Amino acid sequence: MIKLEPRVERSPAWSYLSPVLAILLTLITGYVVFALLGHDPLNALYTLLIAPVADWYGVTELLVMTIPILLCAYGLALCYRASVWNIGAEGQLLIGGVCASAVAVNFVGSTSAFAMPLTLFAGIAGGMLWAGLAAFMKLRLNTNEILVTIMLNYIAVNVLLWAVHGPLKDPHGYNFPESALFGDSTLLPILFDGTRLHLGLAFALLALCATWVFISKTFIGFQIQVLGLDASAAKMAGYKRALLIAGVLVISGGLAGLAGAGEVAGPIGQLVPQISPGYGYAAIIVAFLGRLHPVGITFAGLLMGLIYMGGELAQINMGLPNAITGIFQGLMLFYLLSCDVLITYRLRFSLPFKQQKAQPIHIAQES
Amino acid sequence: MNNKYRLTMQEMTKQYPGCIANNDVTLKIKHGEVHALLGENGAGKSTLMKMLYGVVKPDQGDMFFNGRIMNIKEPADARDLGIGMVFQHFSLFETLTVAQNIELALGDLAGHSSTLAGRITKTSTRYGMPLDPHRLVSTLSTGERQRVEIVRCLLLDIQLLILDEPTSVLTPQEVDALFKTLKSLKKEGCSVLFISHKLHEVIELCDSATILRGGKVSGHCIPKNETSESIARLMVGDNTPISNQTRRALGTADFLTVNNLTTAAQALFETPLKNINFAVQQGEIVGIAGVAGNGQEELLKVLSGEQIQASSSAIKFKNTVVDALCPLKRRRLGLACVPEDRLGRGAVPTMDLAQNALLTSFDSGLVKNGFLVKQKITELANKIITKYKVKTPSFRTHAASLSGGNLQKFIIGREVEQSPKLLVMSHPTWGVDIGAQVAIHEAILKLRDEGCAVLVISEDLDELYKICDRIGAICDGKLSPILNTDTVPLVQLGQWMAGDFSDVFNNQPKVHTPQGALA
Repeated sequence: MIKLEPRVERSPAWSYLSPVLAILLTLITGYVVFALLGHDPLNALYTLLIAPVADWYGVTELLVMTIPILLCAYGLALCYRASVWNIGAEGQLLIGGVCASAVAVNFVGSTSAFAMPLTLFAGIAGGMLWAGLAAFMKLRLNTNEILVTIMLNYIAVNVLLWAVHGPLKDPHGYNFPESALFGDSTLLPILFDGTRLHLGLAFALLALCATWVFISKTFIGFQIQVLGLDASAAKMAGYKRALLIAGVLVISGGLAGLAGAGEVAGPIGQLVPQISPGYGYAAIIVAFLGRLHPVGITFAGLLMGLIYMGGELAQINMGLPNAITGIFQGLMLFYLLSCDVLITYRLRFSLPFKQQKAQPIHIAQES
Repeated sequence: MNNKYRLTMQEMTKQYPGCIANNDVTLKIKHGEVHALLGENGAGKSTLMKMLYGVVKPDQGDMFFNGRIMNIKEPADARDLGIGMVFQHFSLFETLTVAQNIELALGDLAGHSSTLAGRITKTSTRYGMPLDPHRLVSTLSTGERQRVEIVRCLLLDIQLLILDEPTSVLTPQEVDALFKTLKSLKKEGCSVLFISHKLHEVIELCDSATILRGGKVSGHCIPKNETSESIARLMVGDNTPISNQTRRALGTADFLTVNNLTTAAQALFETPLKNINFAVQQGEIVGIAGVAGNGQEELLKVLSGEQIQASSSAIKFKNTVVDALCPLKRRRLGLACVPEDRLGRGAVPTMDLAQNALLTSFDSGLVKNGFLVKQKITELANKIITKYKVKTPSFRTHAASLSGGNLQKFIIGREVEQSPKLLVMSHPTWGVDIGAQVAIHEAILKLRDEGCAVLVISEDLDELYKICDRIGAICDGKLSPILNTDTVPLVQLGQWMAGDFSDVFNNQPKVHTPQGALA
């Protein structure tokens, strides 16, 4: 008989082992699913998980895809650690893209050294502003940030559509809803010739280090965590709730805005209606998969990106349905959440009908 | 089985992961006796009661009621047998009347609604605790609410009444009334199981007692033949100190002064404070007694700064008006606070002790240029752990896995180590075992002797009489006069707690402190 038994303390080992076990179980299940579908399971798993990054170009494409997800997710992790449920990274990213484009279209023919930095700053400012709105409404009007940020996402989509159909539409663009192509001075430099990997990678790495240090080494980062875990303890200790909440929202908005600016000034090179296939939403899952830890998020983001790319490749090479991406993501999430049980519980194997001899360890506190 | 006993619980064992809550516990209660179940927190009293009431399933052991084996799967089975239980925390709806609450709880057993009110009045007067069935529960005092719970049990044909720490929420006068009720129940042959740690009450009321320690029965006794000290020994074992020397002190100069403090209720059922005046001097301990929910929580919040009074100037630390200052600024003026909820306000449950040390000690050199100095933080945590004898595997242990007493020692140690000028504490030893209680009192007294102004808000009168230099009571948001502890008899304090601030000195000149104070 197998019994789940609560542990006295959380197991640190299992908080690292649980994702590994989850991936293992996902692979095994994937193997069985493919076998049942009549495909060569090893080949299918190879196509899905290894082929996309089998060459250098594939690796860089994976990075290009994960940069905006990671930038959003690092910021969201700060919010979630403070128990501020920002669902609005998508909107903040879009507004960041729009603001960046509004600056970038003024530099189309220019060679100014300020073109690129100004574009990025505009994007960051746009994202901050959009998240700042949510912060203002939460703190001053006492609204729920979940609803506000979701709704601001819809508004952001329409702001984007208005911008590409209206003020930012390329006058020479045959009435397509697109901005003018940005000038070379605005575009983020490509890091390696022959790839699309751009300077955004450096921003993502910088954000990784900065959020990591911020959350684990600074007093403000500590306050954010206290606020998230126990708001009344934070109040008792004298931490400034409003400042902390506004802070995490604005920082995460800025990072999402940077992601948006990086997309329009990076791989896309202009403002189009589809600058994000839902990076801001994917970032929510990634933030939680990565246990709100910047390093974990980095791995989770890469894994998510890999599954997206592998899904596409599997469609092309093996004629597998698009749903395979969703299935794999679903399996992964399912196993990860299930395996997390082992952090706070342990499995106990015992023979039925055999009485366990009680062993005194120590007496727990009564309630 | 022997039919002499109302209830027999034999060799009960219940094991939880990591601990045995009950190990071979046997409890026997005769017909018509008041039996005390004693033990410190964590001794296994609650687990035993939960098994009896069908809330948890025992691993081993048999239970007999009136000689017949009991087969209890859920609380309703226990009720059907005639077992009633009054929990420490009441389960009443404030917005309903007494009768509606009782009808809701009893369901079909309540009988017809039209006759219920009459039965409530009849039963409650018969046992000397009159209740108006049509009053809203929100308008009842704590003592009256407890009556509702007891009457709810008595309406059924009850043979065993279990009371879990019933007196902790009552004024001394209300305690007397409760004891009368229990004695008349006993005369009718009903057995009472009385769970408490107030030993003088046990000695006064109970016919026999079973004492638990560490999940095992550590002794039986006839309380009348024992002293508080001898029973306490059975509860804590031989190696724990059960008393410490206390000495009274006189303050020097006012540190905290409160003048005409009046607040508005922030939420439904909050008690607004009405025209409160008092002062706490450096080098003295001032105690404020009172039944829970009479404004203690609100008073703590305005003092700590969790609730800010933007437009008044009622509270002063030394010469600084602090009404509008945030908690952080007050802390920097020398305030330290120990709230009653140690998990969730005093400490973050899922953070380790080092992080919890940092929580309020951030000004003690633990933060440099905004960055945490990890080494100093662990040093401080270890210092608190050793100096205040906090039992924990290491500073990496989460606050939530410490026992109440150990966590409280840690929190108080953390605040004391900041050498505050004013320490405000709410129920500092609530739910804390005797050993830790002694250690906590020792730390408070030492801090006082170093010149700190200490304010203790507590429901535990024994504690207040033991450590406070001056004492008063709060009732319905109003504060009684605060006088030298040794000149305030218990009867006087009880009157204050009930809201009667008139002077009884003239007819009650005799100074009298509670017998059971472990001092």
